[in-house]
Order: sequence, then structure tokens, then C-alpha cells
Amino acid sequence: MDHAEDHYYVPHESHWPIVGSAGLLFLMIGVSVWLNGADAGFWIMMTGVAIVIFMLIGWFGQVIGESEGGRYNAQVDMSFRMGMFWFIFSEVMFFSAFFGALFYARNMAVPWLGGESNNFFTNLLIWGDFESTWPTNGPGNLGGEFEVMGPFGLPLINTAILLTSSVTVTIAHHALIHGQRNLLKVFLAATFILGFIFVFLQAEEYIEAYQHMNLTLSSGIYGSTFFMLTGFHGMHVTIGAIMLTIIWLRVMKGHFTADRHFAFEATAWYWHFVDVVWVGLYVFVYWM
Amino acid sequence: MSGAITDAHADHIEHDDHGPTKGWRRWLYATNHKDIGTMYLLLSLVMFFVGGSMALIIRSELFTPGLQFVDPAFFNQMTTMHALIMVFGAVMPAFVGLANWMIPLMIGAPDMALPRMNNWSFWILPVAFGILASTLFMPGGAPASGWTMYPPLVLQTGDAFPFLIFSVHLMGLSSIMGAINVIVTIINMRAPDMSLLKMPMFVWTWLITAYLLIAVMPVLAGAVTMLLTDQFFGTSFFLAAGGGDPVMFQHIFWFFGHPEVYIMILPAFGVVSEIIPTFSRKPLFGHDSMVYAASSIAFLSFIVWAHHMFTVGMPLTGQMFFMFATMLIAVPTGVKVFNWMATMWRGSMTFETPMLFSLGFLFLFTIGGFSGLMLAIAPADIQYHDSYFVVAHFHYVLVPGSIFALMAAVYYWMPKWTGHFYNESLGKLHFWLSTIFVNVTFFPMHFLGLAGMPRRIPDYSTQFTDFNSIASVGAIGFGLSQLLFVYVVYQCARKKGEVASQAVWDNPRGLEWTVPSPAPYHTFATPPKISSDAAFS
Repeated sequence: MDHAEDHYYVPHESHWPIVGSAGLLFLMIGVSVWLNGADAGFWIMMTGVAIVIFMLIGWFGQVIGESEGGRYNAQVDMSFRMGMFWFIFSEVMFFSAFFGALFYARNMAVPWLGGESNNFFTNLLIWGDFESTWPTNGPGNLGGEFEVMGPFGLPLINTAILLTSSVTVTIAHHALIHGQRNLLKVFLAATFILGFIFVFLQAEEYIEAYQHMNLTLSSGIYGSTFFMLTGFHGMHVTIGAIMLTIIWLRVMKGHFTADRHFAFEATAWYWHFVDVVWVGLYVFVYWM
Repeated sequence: MSGAITDAHADHIEHDDHGPTKGWRRWLYATNHKDIGTMYLLLSLVMFFVGGSMALIIRSELFTPGLQFVDPAFFNQMTTMHALIMVFGAVMPAFVGLANWMIPLMIGAPDMALPRMNNWSFWILPVAFGILASTLFMPGGAPASGWTMYPPLVLQTGDAFPFLIFSVHLMGLSSIMGAINVIVTIINMRAPDMSLLKMPMFVWTWLITAYLLIAVMPVLAGAVTMLLTDQFFGTSFFLAAGGGDPVMFQHIFWFFGHPEVYIMILPAFGVVSEIIPTFSRKPLFGHDSMVYAASSIAFLSFIVWAHHMFTVGMPLTGQMFFMFATMLIAVPTGVKVFNWMATMWRGSMTFETPMLFSLGFLFLFTIGGFSGLMLAIAPADIQYHDSYFVVAHFHYVLVPGSIFALMAAVYYWMPKWTGHFYNESLGKLHFWLSTIFVNVTFFPMHFLGLAGMPRRIPDYSTQFTDFNSIASVGAIGFGLSQLLFVYVVYQCARKKGEVASQAVWDNPRGLEWTVPSPAPYHTFATPPKISSDAAFS
């Protein structure tokens, strides 16, 4: 096939997607079997994880090779950009489900259990001694008394870290555009290091919550929303930091030019996205 | 229309055409939008029969009162699996298959924008449905909570539970990637002179559908993830003792679920908007108003979800809001129905099979729309809720709605795919059998529902017997009629019919009719040039 610049690059065939599907098959069956109580599930799951990682390395490796080989014209670049944008939009909607659960529980479910609206008898007859407050582990006092994770201390430090990392990645981007490769390397490294520090501190926070505050996933609706929101966010920060690390390694190898660096920008967008989610978390989960 | 093409791109294709790889690699490693489209369509056809068989088990059990063939637990598994398979396995993949085949052809693109991801979108589906189907053989059986998976009932599912959750995750992953591909293809890959408002309606409706998919499939993923953590990790999202609320699941689910309804019908609107102009020999009436109507429907779909939950308890203001917002949908839908009729007005109409299915769609979908309007009325819905009236309603919009549009699309574009016509007489027979039996099946359900027969129950009171027997006969008739469809498609794929010309039909509009029949393996390697006054739909 003719791969001139004015032709949209259509790869001829690829075995990576079917490898990915095989990986997902093992992964999903493994997790399910494991959750159902069979230890073999763990190993099936790990097999799936290994296949998926193998697929990701192979697939991305191929795409990076094609990109560096100059096979992508501006239109292909635009497809990747739009694809990334809509992927991030789908992630926003995923987090929306959990934020929605938080708002619904705080503003509706918990007040109703406390007898608000037309739920006087629900409260009186089923949960007679329950008063609606937030945070709460519900009328059943699930998980026992717990302490609340306040907005100061680690969460505030983490906010500063993540906001700083958003600045450093922007400085790195400008350095890339202006051809200042050394500045780029330093600030990109700073970004992913800040990212990993955030993940480390978040883990510390979880350990503190579990060991000293009796705040767990089982601490009613507060524990559920707290850990699911911060947990999925932390997972995304981890993925983002790994992406940044890979971009950094590519920078070290001399990849990217001032006007062609889609992977860098996609990663930066993703990083800003996890940053924005964190601001939402900080305000609605830790602070208000 | 073909006169508008000034570039002899057909010559170009011959240089570029590698043709397909031989053997299984062609399908497993596919990046070609036509191959992937074909795989989607075949998968959905298989799923249509799997889901249909489950429907026939349900209808056999309901032929007479009392329990005869299956126990109630298995009956519930059948209703649940029938719905999951039909929604996620038959209707959605079929429309994605059409999108794969037709969107690049209709906008003059060489392929989908992200061909490898396109492959993955498809090949996740057999994994998802393999996992889902395997639950039938697990201790505790398949999921039996209804496809809506309401807690706490769904948490009583046996070993199948995590498999159910993860298969839904995989279906969502596939849909999201497929939708991203569709949006990027439409926005970025159109022939240079095709402005957004010149796009064919099928492309437009798919653009809107893809947006809906990306917006709501992640929300479903979130909802089932909460079910999973409630079951296995001690969270209490849907547990009142912990401050959660089972009703919250319904809110999150239906925030996905209602746009999902339009995900299954908007591409059908697009198909019908392509077919009716062709066989009326007139351009689509009110193309731009169709676009605005479809966009309005999409917007409204996000603010009507709680009309599925009028009976579970919500503040009065909520009921009022969701009732009126729901009724508002009748306005843009009415615009569409009006435009289709105005398109036919004084057209020189002919009634080939695709047109027959489109007209069947128009009449019968509208019946489903009207019963939907009845259900939207909150105080009346308290009576209709969870009765067979609801079953009748959504089967009218899904079977003679979505499925008829799919049939119409296959008959309409199959000559372009294979280069040969299907057997017109058998196609028409298929239409008439389907139309008669679909009404025999689902129309009596309106009466059953109004008389008080609840849905999802394997046994019923004896006064419901007559209409149930009629519905069961209709269902078996409808199921058998679809075997005819398979035969017609098979014959057409074997190239048994008349040879189709490039335009196939009588001067249809659209770029897909400017490439040879059958469409070459690679089309539009360079974008077609289009004269500025050309309209496409």
C-alpha cells in the first residue's frame, strides 16, 4: 500500500487486539473465580494481567514505531487526539457515577433515613434512633465508630503535590515546544515523581485510616464513597504516572519534536484530568 | 448524485487494493471496516437467535397457566438472559456493524479512523457473551434478577454474579471504544466538502448515538462496580443499614438505561431516513430539522430516567418533572414521523422489501411511541407499572422498531455488500410474516397488561389464558419466520440473486452508491471530490 504523507494510514492487520481479548478473558474469569472463593482464580487472573501487559507493550510499541517511522500524517494525528479526548470524557462519566452516588446519599438517602420528606414512619418504625448527619456509616452503624478524614494534613499536602505537578507538566510542554530538551527532561521527571509521591502518600493515608481511624470500605456509605472515589482516583494517578514515566523514557530516547508530540499531549491531558478530579474530591469528599 | 463525483477514485482503488488476507487471519486480525462490520452483523444474528430461543422458552411456558416446562428460577434466568442478549448482543452490535460497513462508505473515508481499536471493540464481544452464556451452567444458574440487575435481588445471584458484572464491563468497554471510533471517523474523516449538515441522516444519528454511548456506558460500569463492591468488599451503596439506598441503584442504572433506549432507536431512525427517500424518489423532507430533532431527543434522554421508577418512591416534584420531560420527547419524535410522511407525500413510491420494513417500522414504532406516552403519565403508570402493558410497549419499539429497521437496512444495503440482489419475493414474504406475527405476539400483551397480568412471572391466573396462548403462537411464528431471513441472506451472500448495479436502486442519494457493487475491499483511498451543491440524504 502507498504510505505517502497524503494518505490516511490504515494498518493492514494486527494481532494485538485479539491478544488483548484473550488477556481480558483470563483476567475476568480469574477475578470472578477468585471472588467466588477458589484460589486458582488468582493465578488465572495473574495470567490475564500478564497477557494484557504484554499486549499493551506490544501494541503501544508498534504504534510508537509507526509514529517515529513517519507513517502518520496530520489527519491520523487528529484521530488520535479526538480519540483521547473522548476517552477522557468517558472517564469523566465513570467518575460522575460515583460522585452522583455521593451526592444522592448525602442529600437524599441519608436525610430520608432520618425521616425527612415523607419518610417519618420509615424513620420511626425501622431506624427509630437514627439522626441524619454526614459523615455517617448509616443507621446500622456498619463497621463501628470511625474517625473522619479531614481536609488538612495529608490531603492538603496531596492537593499541593498534584496541583504542582500540573504546573510542572505544563512547563515541560512549553520546554518541548521551544526545543529546550534539558528543561523538558527535568520537569517531566519532576511531574511523574510528584505523581508517585502522591500515590505513596495516598497509601499512607489509607494505612492510617485502616489502622488508627477505623475508617474502612465497610464504614457505611461514608467509607464506601470515600474509598471508592479516592481509590479509583488513586488508580488513575498511578496509571497517569506510569504514562508520564514512559513519555519521559521516550524523551530520553529523543522522541517527539516541537510540532509532533501527540503522546506527550495526550498524557498531559490525562494528567490534568486526574488533577481536576482530585480538586472535586478534595472539595466534596474531604472538605465539605 | 453520482454525477457530483468528479474524481475517478475507482481507478485509484485498483492500485491500492491488496484484497483480504487468506484464512482465519483475515477475521482475527481484521482492520478492514467491511470485515469487522460483517463480523458484528453475524455475531448479532447469532445472538438474535440465541436470545430468540430464550424468548420461545418463555412463551412456551406461558402458553397455558400453570408450570409445565421450566421451573420458576429458570424462567427468571430466561427473562434476564433474553434481555441482556437482545440488548447488548443483538441490537447494539447489529447497529455497530452497520456503522462499520456504511459510515466510511457514506462519508468517503478509507476506513474507520482507528482500525485496530475497531478490531478490539468487536473481539471483546465474543469474550463478554461467552462469559455471560457460561453462567447458565454454573451453580445457582444464570442471573435471574432481570436485566436491570436491581439490588438487593441481584445480590442473591449464585456463582454467576461476578461473571455477570464483568461481562457487562466488557460489553461497555466494547461499546465505548466502538463509539469513540464512530465519532472520530465522522468528525475527522469526512470527504473535504461534506459539511456537518450535508451528512446523511444515518451518519448523523450514529454521531449522536456514539455520543450517548460514551456518556452513559461508563455510568453503567460505575453502577455494576458498586454492585460488585457491595457484594464482595463490604461497601453499602445500596444498603440502607449503611446509609445507602437500593433506589439509588435504579437512579444510576436508568441514567444509563434511558439514553440506552435511544442508543437502540436513533440509528434505526437513521436507517429509515435513508430508505424512505430512496423508495419515494424524493429527498428526505426536512433534513436539518431531523438533525435537530435527533439532537433534542438525545438531550432529553438524559433528563427523563426516573419515569422507569414512578412506583419506587420519589418526591412529588420529581414525579412531575420526569413526567413532563418524558412527554416532551413526543415533540421531536413527532417531527421525525411527520418528516418521514412528508417525504413520501406525492413521491413515486415503490414497495421493495426495505421500504416495506421501513413502513412497518413507521406504523408499529409509532404504536410503541403512543403506549410510551401513556406510560409517561405518572398516575397512570402506577397502574401500568411492571405489567404486560410495559412488555408490549418496549417490544413494539424494539422489535418492529429497532429490529425492523435492522432488517430494512440489511435488505437495503446487502446488494451493495454482495453485488447481488436478495430474492425479492422471499424478502416480501419475510416482511409480511414478520409483521403479522409480531402483532399477534405483542398486541395482545397490551390487553393482558391492562387487565393486570404482571411481567416476569411464569404462571398466571386463568382469565389471562386466551391472550397468552395467542401471543405464544405469534412468537413461535415470528421466530420461524426469521429462519426465512437467514435463508434469504445466505442465498444473497452466495451470490445467487440478480446482479446489482453500482447504484443498486433507482437513483439513490449518497456516496455509498458511487462505488461498485460489491463494494471493493478498500474504498475511497483518496477522498472523493464532491460538488458544492450536492446533498447526500
